[in-house]
Amino acid sequence: MATAQRVRSSVAAQSQLNFRQRLVKDFVRNRYIYLMLVPVVAYYVVFHYGPMYGALMAFQDFNVTKGIWGSPWIGFENFTTFFNSVYFTRLIRNTLAINIIELFFAFPAPIILALLLNEITSPAFKRTVQTITYLPHFVSLVVVIGMMVDFLARDGLVNNLIGAVGVAPIPFLQRADWYWWLFVGSGIWQGIGWGSIVYLAAITNIDPTLYEAATVDGANRWHQLRHITIPSIMPTIIIFLILRIGSMMSVGYEKTILMYNSMTYETADVINSYVYRKGVLNADYGFSAAVGLFNSVINFGLLLIANRLSKRVSEMGLF
Amino acid sequence: MPIKRSRSEKIFYGVIILLMIALMIVTAYPLLYVLFASFSNPVELMSNRGILTAPLGFSLAAYEAVMQNPMITIGYRNTLFYVIAGTSISLVLTIMGAYALSRKNVLWRNPIMFAIVFTMFFHGGMIPSYLLVGQTLGLQDSPLALIIPGAISTWNLIILKTAFESVPIALEEAARIDGANDFQILWNVCIPISLPAIAVITLFYAVAEWNAWFGAMLYLRNRELYPLQIVLREILITNSTEAMTTGVSSGDVLPIAETIKYATIVVATVPILFVYPFLQKYFVKGVMIGAIKE
Repeated sequence: MATAQRVRSSVAAQSQLNFRQRLVKDFVRNRYIYLMLVPVVAYYVVFHYGPMYGALMAFQDFNVTKGIWGSPWIGFENFTTFFNSVYFTRLIRNTLAINIIELFFAFPAPIILALLLNEITSPAFKRTVQTITYLPHFVSLVVVIGMMVDFLARDGLVNNLIGAVGVAPIPFLQRADWYWWLFVGSGIWQGIGWGSIVYLAAITNIDPTLYEAATVDGANRWHQLRHITIPSIMPTIIIFLILRIGSMMSVGYEKTILMYNSMTYETADVINSYVYRKGVLNADYGFSAAVGLFNSVINFGLLLIANRLSKRVSEMGLF
Repeated sequence: MPIKRSRSEKIFYGVIILLMIALMIVTAYPLLYVLFASFSNPVELMSNRGILTAPLGFSLAAYEAVMQNPMITIGYRNTLFYVIAGTSISLVLTIMGAYALSRKNVLWRNPIMFAIVFTMFFHGGMIPSYLLVGQTLGLQDSPLALIIPGAISTWNLIILKTAFESVPIALEEAARIDGANDFQILWNVCIPISLPAIAVITLFYAVAEWNAWFGAMLYLRNRELYPLQIVLREILITNSTEAMTTGVSSGDVLPIAETIKYATIVVATVPILFVYPFLQKYFVKGVMIGAIKE
């Protein structure tokens, strides 16, 4: 009774204050929270929303000294120049090819690893596999590509080994036809263990009584895998699939820039590495910003489409 | 619980074990080869045409050359600075942001959260960021250019926000009744309870900073500021060990240049591989929280 009355009277007192007064009161009471929030919001405004504003230069004949305020607007000219350039089809083809190969091989690899690890009954063996396969995630890209350059060189380890069985040396990293497979393969080497963590965690969260009931009904390991484990981790798989589709138009430019060379440009050059060369090396800012913006918009569109499709088909989605 | 297996299940299990062993070899062997080769005698290694199961001979010559190389010592020193300064700034910002956004009574909490998550899916692009940091903010050739632009990882922010949200309300209320303000609640209640999550994001930030090279390539011209990864790139990918082999008689240059590469990889990679097993048990928790939340 007494508390109810107190609540009612405090509500009455609150409504007597006008909006401004309540705002001030809230700021005073939560001042430390707002103090903590300010630098974080400022960071996102400057370093994330700043570049989104800066992307307006894609519609300009951008000049650094004049800035966004002073440079002349040219509409979609930068975009049409890109669409009509000789690079356009090559860049799109390479970007899509690498992403499709990744979708088929690199995306399922950690899921399969997690499912196999789940079958292992010895905890010590399982932990050893995990520890070793997580390792490459922590090795820097520079070192990974550096090791590839060394091992795949004409006189490197791999050519020595295949030479022992009579195969003529292959200069792998100078060969355009090997590039996509080496790019995706090294990505799997580096990411399979780390990628399996989320799926393993999803498997651990499955209700063990499901398996007990299935065993009583005579289900073997294979039946359990097919009818319990895989359906149970499907939401996790779908969420990561949506995220993956949302980046179908981008290929890691850091890795591309480290890994490609003039002999492999034909298959290696992707949208982001082109943006880097045009923008940073050639200082063609407006044009390269347009290429980058085109890329961001397509990726965001793909993410929305994948999300909507997934919601329709499986009633699961990111948002 | 003893598991009874049928014959086919036993075969299936055997195949899985073999696959896992193969995976471990494929994963670990390249790293082991580098380790063995770095301690090998340079001349013996040159004439070797196969796999290594131990160092060939034993020589520390490559490590001596690496330690005497001024670019590597400068790179090491700079990277240590970037890792310590960058990780500290990242942690402070992420902890403050995660705490503020985990409070239910913050004005515009949902719009702010939406605006933050949105940046994970849409960005302005490389060139506008490059011009913003290098030109507008004038951070060309400044160590800040490697520390500030990536200071908050939205993924880490969400991991920590989720951890703070799971702190029992009763503990916070008890502290508030004792007169604690938000800073004290954060410091005395939320942080101690969320230490595993904080350990994980600390590792993520430190590894990212240790391995970063692209920012340095964009913003740094002054070699005195180069982080280790840029020096590594010159040695491993654009192939220049000349600077390190000065003083070595010309006939020995080629062999030792090869072992120097391996020694540099070891020196640059071991520190990171050394810390991670201690935090491994927290990974699942850290990564999983983010995944559920998303």
